[in-house]
Amino acid sequence: MHRIHILIAMDSHTLAQGARAVKDALLKDLSLAGLSDEVKVVETGSLGIYKKGVVLVVFPDNIYYTGVTVENVAEIVSEHIVKGRIVEKLKYSKAPGTEVKVQEKAPRFGKQLRVVLRNAGIIDPESIEEYIAHNGYEALGVALTEKKPNDILEQVKASDLQGRGGAFFPTGVKWGFAAREKAEQKYIICNADEGEPGTFKDRLILEGDPHAIIEGMALAGYAVGASKGFIYIRGEYHMSIARINRSIEQARENGLLGEKIFDTDFSFDIEVREGAGAYICGEETALIESIEGKRGEPRDKPPFPPSEGLWGKPTIVNNVETLANIPQIILNGPEWLQKLGTEASPGTKVFTLVGNINNPGLIEVPMGITLREIIYDIGEGIPQGNGFLLAQLGGTTGGILTAEQLDLPLDTDNLRKIGAGLGSGALLVVDDTHNVVEVVKNFVEFFNHESCGKCTLCREGTGRLYELLDKLVSGQGVLKDVDLIERLAKTMMTGAFCGLGQAAPVPILGCLKYFRQEFEKMVNTEQKSVSAVV
Amino acid sequence: MANINLTIDGIPVSVPQGTTVLEAAEKVNIKIPRLCYHPDLPPVSACRLCVVDIKGDRLLRTACSWKCQDGMEVSTRTPHVRDARKMALELLLSRHPMLCTECVRNGSCELQEIANQFGIREISFKYNERKGDKDYSSAAVVRDPSKCILCRRCVQTCELVQSVSAIGMEGRGYDVWVDTPFNEGLNDIACVACGQCIDRCPVGALYENSHINQVWVALDDPKKHVIVQTAPAVRVAIGEEFGMPPGGLVTNQMVAALRRIGFDKVFDTDFTADLTIMEEGHELLGRIKEGGTLPLLTSCSPGWVNFIEHFYPSLLPHVSSCKSPQQMFGALAKTYYAEKEGINPEDIYVVSIMPCTAKKQEAGRSEMSSSGYQDVDAVLTTREAAVMMKQVGIELPQLDDDEYDEPLGISTGAGVIFGATGGVMEAALRTVYEVVTEKKLENVDIKVVRGIQGIREAEIDLNGTKVKAAVAHGLANARELMDKIVKGEADYHFIEIMACPGGCLGGGGQPIPTSEEIRKKRAEAIYKADKGLSMRKSHENPAVLQLYKEFLGEPNSHKAHELLHTHYKGKEIYKHKVA
Amino acid sequence: MQDLKKVDDIAKKYAEMNTPLIYILKDVQKEFGYLSQPILTQVAQVTDIPLSEIYGVATFYSLFTTKPKGKHIVRCCNNAPCFVNGSKEVLEKIKEYLGIDTGETTEDALFTLEFTSCLGLCAVAPVMMVDDEVYGNLTPEKAVAILKDYKMKGSSNA
Repeated sequence: MHRIHILIAMDSHTLAQGARAVKDALLKDLSLAGLSDEVKVVETGSLGIYKKGVVLVVFPDNIYYTGVTVENVAEIVSEHIVKGRIVEKLKYSKAPGTEVKVQEKAPRFGKQLRVVLRNAGIIDPESIEEYIAHNGYEALGVALTEKKPNDILEQVKASDLQGRGGAFFPTGVKWGFAAREKAEQKYIICNADEGEPGTFKDRLILEGDPHAIIEGMALAGYAVGASKGFIYIRGEYHMSIARINRSIEQARENGLLGEKIFDTDFSFDIEVREGAGAYICGEETALIESIEGKRGEPRDKPPFPPSEGLWGKPTIVNNVETLANIPQIILNGPEWLQKLGTEASPGTKVFTLVGNINNPGLIEVPMGITLREIIYDIGEGIPQGNGFLLAQLGGTTGGILTAEQLDLPLDTDNLRKIGAGLGSGALLVVDDTHNVVEVVKNFVEFFNHESCGKCTLCREGTGRLYELLDKLVSGQGVLKDVDLIERLAKTMMTGAFCGLGQAAPVPILGCLKYFRQEFEKMVNTEQKSVSAVV
Repeated sequence: MANINLTIDGIPVSVPQGTTVLEAAEKVNIKIPRLCYHPDLPPVSACRLCVVDIKGDRLLRTACSWKCQDGMEVSTRTPHVRDARKMALELLLSRHPMLCTECVRNGSCELQEIANQFGIREISFKYNERKGDKDYSSAAVVRDPSKCILCRRCVQTCELVQSVSAIGMEGRGYDVWVDTPFNEGLNDIACVACGQCIDRCPVGALYENSHINQVWVALDDPKKHVIVQTAPAVRVAIGEEFGMPPGGLVTNQMVAALRRIGFDKVFDTDFTADLTIMEEGHELLGRIKEGGTLPLLTSCSPGWVNFIEHFYPSLLPHVSSCKSPQQMFGALAKTYYAEKEGINPEDIYVVSIMPCTAKKQEAGRSEMSSSGYQDVDAVLTTREAAVMMKQVGIELPQLDDDEYDEPLGISTGAGVIFGATGGVMEAALRTVYEVVTEKKLENVDIKVVRGIQGIREAEIDLNGTKVKAAVAHGLANARELMDKIVKGEADYHFIEIMACPGGCLGGGGQPIPTSEEIRKKRAEAIYKADKGLSMRKSHENPAVLQLYKEFLGEPNSHKAHELLHTHYKGKEIYKHKVA
Repeated sequence: MQDLKKVDDIAKKYAEMNTPLIYILKDVQKEFGYLSQPILTQVAQVTDIPLSEIYGVATFYSLFTTKPKGKHIVRCCNNAPCFVNGSKEVLEKIKEYLGIDTGETTEDALFTLEFTSCLGLCAVAPVMMVDDEVYGNLTPEKAVAILKDYKMKGSSNA
C-alpha cells in the first residue's frame, strides 16, 4: 500500500520541458530517502497546464507543482514528502480538482466541460485497469452483448455527432454509407495524422486516454461490420505511437481486441501505421494512399472511402476526437450529447488555445462559447497587456476573426455566416505587435511546404502566393500584386483538387477582407504605377 | 440501362450512365480544354483546365473525371469557369520556357494551342524555371524536364500501359518533378525505349533522339548510296502530319516524297517482313517438330525485346532468334543488294523510316552487324520523315503516286499487316497453314487475331495438330502473358507481342496525337492495304523466293542464321551502384 | 560498403504486412542513415515495387532523405503558433550558430537543419526537435545552449 501518489504529467508538452529527467530524479531521490515503497510515481497524460514547465500532483494532498526541475526535485521530496511541508514557491494555485465532477466546477476550468478529455490527466494512460475503472470498455461490452450493430449506428446517428477532423460531416451518416455496403472486408481508420498548426487535441487524447480511441474504433467496427482497424499516426508523435501500441497490446491481452470479443462473434483488431511527414495525409484519401505505401496524394472523389477506400474496400476514416466521443454516446445515450452545446452544434468541442496567450493549452468547452470568454477567461488574456489583432480558428486553413467577433457565440452556424469554421479546433491568437501581412506570409509558407504538388492550382498557386507575399513584405510589391493575390486565392478556393488547396486561401481572403489597407500599406509607393507583370 | 439527361451550356444531351462531362460535352461539340486528360489513360484531374460549373455545387468540377447525373446543369463558360481556367493556364505558362520556335512540338503543342485559344497575351507571373537537365543518354528518347507541365501522362503511360515504370513523380509541392530514380539517364535504367511517353506528352518535354541531320549529311555526300526502307505502319499515318485525317493510306505518295528528298532507292520493310515470316514460321515449325522451347515469342518489336531482356530474362529462350524486319533489311542491303548492284557495302547508307523510337536503339545494338557493317545507319520516326519532307517543301497530299524500287521493295499483304497488332500472327498463320497442310488457304482474312482487345487467342488446325496462338499489345498485357508462362499456365505454341498499343501503327514514333479512335482508323487502312494487294502470303513473294534461290538457300539456312538471326541477353532492371 | 543484406532482413520482417513500403523505408533509413541509390535499389528488388515508385515515396515524405545528413537532425517549427511566439528569431540564431541555412548540413557533419511542420507542442511554442527529442519554450539563447550540449556530447564521442 502506498502512502502517497505522485502523478507526473508525461505528455509531449512536458517532455519538451524536461519531464523525463525530472521523473528520473524523483525516483532516484525517493529511493535515496528510502521512500520507494511508500510513494508511487505514476505517469499520466496532460494535466491541462501547459506553459508552466514540468507538472506534478501529490496525492492525497492534491497539491499541484509546476516548473519542477531536476534541481528542485530534492526539495519536494525532503520538504513535502518527508516533512509534509508544501513547497509554496512551486505550488500552482489554480490547480484543477482530480475528479471529473470536481473539475467541471473548478475555477480554472470553470467554462470547460470534459467529455472527450474526461480521463486525460486523471488516469494512468498506460494502465488499462484504470481506464476500465472509469467505465472503460463498458460501452463496448453493452454494445456487443445487448445491442445489434444497427442499434449502435442509430444511436450515433441520433446523437448528431459531427466529425471532429474539421469537416463536421455527420458521423452516423458516414457510418451508414459503409454499413450498407456488401463487402467481405471493411476497414475503420482512425485519422491521427494531426498536423494542422496549432492543433494538438488528438495528440493529448492519444497520450492521455488511448483506450477511449480503441473502444471507439471497435464500436465503429461493430456498427459497420468491419473487423480490422488502422490508426494512422504522425510519425513525429513518438509518445502517442508508444502509448497507443501499448494500449492495443493491453486490450488484446484482456480480450478486448482480437477474436470473439466478450465471447461474441465479433472480432476486431487494430494495426498502427505511422506517417512519414506529410500534412496532406490528414486528408482521408491521401491517408489511405499512404497506408497503401504510396505518395500521399489525394484521390478523386467520388468514389468516397465508405464505398471504396483502403485497398478498394469500404472504409470509414474518423478523427481521434470523433472516435473518443463514441463510447460516451453509447453509454449515456444520444440525447446526452445533444444536451451539451447548442442546438446547431451539439456536444463539446476541444480547442487548442495557442499563440499570444497567457494560458495556452487544451480546453474542452461546450459549443456556443464566445471568443472573448476563451481568450480572456480561460486563456487569461494576452501577454504583456498587448492588444488583440486577430484570431484564427480551425488551424492554418481556418477563418479569421477580429475584434468584431469577440462576442459571437462559436458554433458551426454562426461561423459559417462569417466564412469561418471550427475546423480542427485550433485557436490561434495574434496580438497587435504583429504585421498582418507577415502573418499571412507565414500561413502561406506552410501551405507551400505541404502542398502535395498534384494539381496546378495548389502546387503553383501556393508557390506564387508565397512569392507575391514575400515581395510585399520585402517592400518590392506593387498595388496590382494585392489584387493578384486575391484573384489567385479565390480561384484556388473553388478550383483546387482537394481540401488543402481549397482551404489554403481562407485565411488569406479573411485577412484581406479585414485588413486590406495593411496589405496596401506594404506596397512600394515608387512602384505603385508599374504593371504587376514582373 | 436508361440514358442520363443533362444540359451543357443549356444544350440538352443524353448519355449512357458513367459518361464523363467531358465526353458528354464532345457529343454536343463543346471541346473542353484539357492537358492532363488523355483518352488512353484514367483521369488524374491535375491540370484543372477542364473545370466546369455545375449548378448547385460550390466547387468547380473537373469535366474529365466528373460523371454525368440526371438533371445536371453544366456550364462551361461562366466567368467563374473562364477565370479559373485562365489562372491555371497562366500558372502553367509561367513555368514553361516558351521557347516555342525552337521546340520540336512547335505547331503540335497542346499548351501552345490552348494558350492561343485562350488569347493569352500577357502572363501575370514571372517565369520560374522548372529544374532538371536534359537527358540525351537514350538512343531513342530525349527528356527535357524544363518543359514539363506535370500532367503525368508520361508517368501513367509508363506505369499503366507499359508496366515499365521507368519514370515517376518525385518530390512534393512547388518543386514536384517527373524523373527517373536518382536522375539516372534513361539509357542506364530499364527504359524500353518504346516512346509511348513521347506520344502522350502534350508539350516538348519528351521527344525522339533525332537522326535528321545525319541523314541529310549522308544524302549530301556524293560517295554515299543512300537507301531508305519504310515500315508498314508509316504509310497509314504520315498523312496526318500533313493535315490529312487519320487512316489515310498514302503509300505511293510517300514513295514519291522520299524520292524527291533524294534517296537513291526507296525500298519497303514489308519485303523483309515477308522474309521474317519465312524464317520465323520455319523456326516455329522446327520447334514444334523437334520439341523446342514453346511458346515461341515474336521478336520484331524492339521495345518488347528490351522489356523481356530486362524483366523476364529467364524467358529469353522463348524469343524467336529472328532479327526484326528492319535489321534483316539492313543486313541484306549490305550483302545481297550490295553484291547484286556491285556497290561497296561501305558506301551504302541505310535509313529506316519507322513508327517507332525503339528502332533507333535497336539499330545501334552492337550485335546487329554480322555482315561486318552495322545493318542500319539511321532511323527516322514517322514524324521526323515528315519534317524532312517539309524541309524541302514537299506537300505530301499533292504528290503523284510513285512505286517502290525492286527487288527490296516487293512485298505482299502479309508484310503490310505487320503494322497492326495481330498482323505478324495472321501473316505467319497464312504461310504456316499452307506449308504444313499443302492446301490453299481459302479465306486469307484470319479475323480472330485482329482487333483491339489487349490479349487475344486463336487456335488453328494444321493437319490434326492444333496450334494455339495468342496476341498481346501494350507491355502491361505482355506482362500478363509472361506471368502465365512463368507460372506454367500458358499452353500456347506461338505468341505475338507488340510493345505499343495497337501494334506499330500506335508506335512511339507515330504522329501525335494517337488515341484508340485514331489507332482503329490506321488499322482499317492497314487491312485495306492488305486487301488491295494481289499477293497476300509471304511465301508467295517472288522477290523473297528469288533471294532464297540466289543467296540464302533455304529458310533457317546457315547463311540465313548468320545474317538474319540474332541472340539476346538478360539485363539487370537496376544497375547497382554501391556507394 | 554497406551491407545490403540488412535490407532483405528488414523487408522480411514486414512480410506479413500489407503494403509495408513506408515501414521498410523507415527501418532502412534508421539502419543506414539515409536512402541511397543502392539501398533503394535493393528495396526495389526485394519488394518487387518499381524503383521509380519507391523513389517517389522517398522524396515525398519529409522524414525520408535520399542524401546523407548530419549526426543530429534539428527540425525547427516555424508554423503560425511558433511564429507569433518568436520562432523566426530562434531560427535565425540557430542558423547563425551552426553557420548553415535550412536544408543544409554543417561541415563537421554534426547537424542538419530543417523545417518541420507543426509538432503539436504549440502550448510551449516555439519548439524544435533534435532527433527524437522535443524542446519547447525556446528563446534564441536557450536553443543555442541545447545545441551546444549536443555538440559537446558529439565531440566527446568522436
